[in-house]
Amino acid sequence: MAFLDNLINGISLGSIYAVIALGYTLVYGIAKMLNFAHGDVIMVGGYVIFTAMTSMHLNGYLSVLIAILCCTILGIVIEKIAYKPLRQATSLAVLITAIGVSYFLQNMALLIFGEKPVTFTSVVNIPKISLFDGQIVIKSEAVASIIISVLIVIFLSLFINKTKSGRAMLAVSEDKDAARLMGINVNKTISLTFAIGSGLAAVAGALLCSTYPVLSNTTGAMPGIKAFVAAVFGGIGSIPGAMIGGLLIGVIEILGRAYISPQLADAIVFAVLIVVLMVKPTGILGKKVNEKV
Amino acid sequence: MILKRFLKPAARKSFITYAMLIAAFIAVEIMISTGSASNMFKGLLIPFCVYSIAAASLNLTVGVLGELSLGQAGFMCIGAYSSAIFSVVTKDTITSAWVRFPIAILIGGCFAALFGVLIGIPVLRLRGDYLAIVTLAFGEIIKNVFAALYVGYDSSGLHFSLTSQGDLGLAPDGKMLINGALGISGTPKDSTFEIGFIVLMLSLIILYNFVNSRTGRIVMSIRDNRIAAESIGINITKYKLITFGLTAFLGGVAGSLFSHNLASLQASKFDYNLSILVLVFVVLGGIGNIRGSVIAAIVLTYLPEVLRSINNYRMLIYSIVLIVMMIFTSNAKIRGFFAASLSRLKGLVFKKDSAVKEGE
Amino acid sequence: MALLEVKKLGISFGGLRAVDDFSLTIEKGDLYGLIGPNGAGKTTIFNLLTGVYKPTDGTIRLDGQNITGKSNIEINKAGIARTFQNIRLFSNLSVLDNVKAGLSNHYAYSTAAGIFRLPKYFRKEKEMTERAMELLRPFDLVDDADTLASNLPYGKQRKLEIARALATDPKLLLLDEPAAGMNPKETAGLMNTILTVRDDFKVTVLLIEHDMFLVSGICEKLSVLNFGQLLCEGKTSEVLSDPEVIKAYLGE
Repeated sequence: MAFLDNLINGISLGSIYAVIALGYTLVYGIAKMLNFAHGDVIMVGGYVIFTAMTSMHLNGYLSVLIAILCCTILGIVIEKIAYKPLRQATSLAVLITAIGVSYFLQNMALLIFGEKPVTFTSVVNIPKISLFDGQIVIKSEAVASIIISVLIVIFLSLFINKTKSGRAMLAVSEDKDAARLMGINVNKTISLTFAIGSGLAAVAGALLCSTYPVLSNTTGAMPGIKAFVAAVFGGIGSIPGAMIGGLLIGVIEILGRAYISPQLADAIVFAVLIVVLMVKPTGILGKKVNEKV
Repeated sequence: MILKRFLKPAARKSFITYAMLIAAFIAVEIMISTGSASNMFKGLLIPFCVYSIAAASLNLTVGVLGELSLGQAGFMCIGAYSSAIFSVVTKDTITSAWVRFPIAILIGGCFAALFGVLIGIPVLRLRGDYLAIVTLAFGEIIKNVFAALYVGYDSSGLHFSLTSQGDLGLAPDGKMLINGALGISGTPKDSTFEIGFIVLMLSLIILYNFVNSRTGRIVMSIRDNRIAAESIGINITKYKLITFGLTAFLGGVAGSLFSHNLASLQASKFDYNLSILVLVFVVLGGIGNIRGSVIAAIVLTYLPEVLRSINNYRMLIYSIVLIVMMIFTSNAKIRGFFAASLSRLKGLVFKKDSAVKEGE
Repeated sequence: MALLEVKKLGISFGGLRAVDDFSLTIEKGDLYGLIGPNGAGKTTIFNLLTGVYKPTDGTIRLDGQNITGKSNIEINKAGIARTFQNIRLFSNLSVLDNVKAGLSNHYAYSTAAGIFRLPKYFRKEKEMTERAMELLRPFDLVDDADTLASNLPYGKQRKLEIARALATDPKLLLLDEPAAGMNPKETAGLMNTILTVRDDFKVTVLLIEHDMFLVSGICEKLSVLNFGQLLCEGKTSEVLSDPEVIKAYLGE
């Protein structure tokens, strides 16, 4: 039964990774950049919810909505100020800028909220699920994480394949210049991508902080990096890939923590990344991209 | 003028750096012998050398090869631990620090280089972003593994465990080398400013000579245009690996200096933040500018110590510096604007000079 | 024996047949032109010949050696060098270093010899510099040796790319639109340079070009490509007067 408990915890954590990984995969697929600051947007989302609930005494769900709004705007602003001037720059310059943004967010939060982690009150208030006469209990946060991540994957897939803006995103991800020639507003599409990714980060922040209720300025950093590992594992650029990768990484981490060594759980996750890149660098569902000569 | 006549521009650059550092070294020695150096300043001398080597060698990967490595702390960690283990084990048999320490540094560098090549092989074929994330991951793995590692030795040899001290099964005469998260202690304090300075100079000579050689030229050609480099028959992976390995080697050397400067050392010191700090030195000193890395490492290690009040804002300032530097150096429009204003300014100041030149 | 023998070469990208059933024979010392409308697949053929793409069908032989499916590095070592339609120089290196990079494989010394400044370093670097200067001379780039490649004017950048390709000591030199973006005077100069290069360096030249003045002025033989297939081949004057070719170029 302990194994099933761990498995469920893994799937729950994996669902959260999946939501974060979706943000990575969208931005990487469309803007062709690794947005290091994505994890820190999660942290910002967490603090917005925390502030709304404790200082303004707002209802949890309303707080999440406010956080989604704030993070969406934050994502658009980051893209406009820091990344847009670098559209033609080398990937090295873009990466360093993204690291700068990540550090900026972490240290701003440090100055505003201090070093001491705060205790986060869960925003989830759906009932927990009890199985086998209460031998296995699925916590309400886990239920929420799993349901929400599945819904997001479905809606995001529909959005990208069925709507005009979604197809514009696909076109930009295939070939920016050709998309521009076809009359697609590339800047607007990239903006939209950051908006969606950052909004998702706020959702992930709500789920992550509800499940693990300690919030500090570095809360988002590690989950962010692990979610990127998940995105690479599933095949970067692929939405179902992000889901599969997220679930696998979550399960590997929790099982590694339980059965191998708590100190080495992170190391195991990262070792998975290196193995994946050695064996199948395009990930489970990824496709190879040819370079133009 | 004499320099200008006898040395090629590339060689001139390196000799100015050497001369600058030797002058600084002499000045510091005079300060120490006259007693005008504060204890705080003396305590910073070895960190100056450590961070200068770490930053200058990272600049090889970032500036010369054009790839981002976020694992410099990991290589420093490997160098620090492997050299410290060697010194702890041999400190009773090899009593002279002048013999023991150079061997320890070489061991530290070689182990780091070995790991650099091992993780470089799968990753260097891939897009640049993957190298960044994998080196980051690697740094975290190293930190976590060393923090969970217990090593002891007794008459029957070395014992390893990843769970606890008791698990080692040491004989009663055994001694602990690495005690999990508590790290390693009892490392002889072999790092002195003089040795640190010599190691820094040697590292810089290696770096400059590497850049100003056939290999360096090939590496820069890969950075500038990978497809063209392949078209002239250059084996990209091989040269990326050599560069990456050398960066790791010197990172390990820096780590060795670091560990022999502290009575006890924990793996947690070598976290992601350290890698980023070294990257900040590289970016601020100028990507591809080795001398700049050294200056930035020294200045940015010294400033926070004297200006304690800015310490809270230090990382925030660094983050803004990273963003602004990148936007200013990479955006053609902004760069063009500043170049134009700069030349206009120069035109105002040196009007006579330029008029003469044009008249020639 | 022909220097280059291409038989029934073909490649597909997804469902698109970019090059189909393409054959080409070039004799040693030829100055050969590959022409055709935009999008006909000329650059794709260069990419196939240099190993950037792997052909789905057909064989490529250079000097009797089968080089089909080899990597671009192996193919360069076998003796094919090229320039690019969109200039690809090592922009932050000097003109001299661009050519010296091209000499890397022929004047090799180890990384250790470089780091420790062993005698071999000084000897090879000296030889390399001398050879690089020889290569810069016919292109009138000697005075620019220390200039950064990105600071060269456009026409000289194209010439530098040719010099760099020649540095690898190829048997066959592929030039992808060498006159693109040049004015008529520069083009005339380039034509002379190409002829000199062919004669002085004893290389065979295959070039893609839209400028008919250059093509008819220096190419001895031509192949015309249309929709990825060979339309016709032969002596330049005959090919250019072929009604099929005129139709392909001017439309109906």
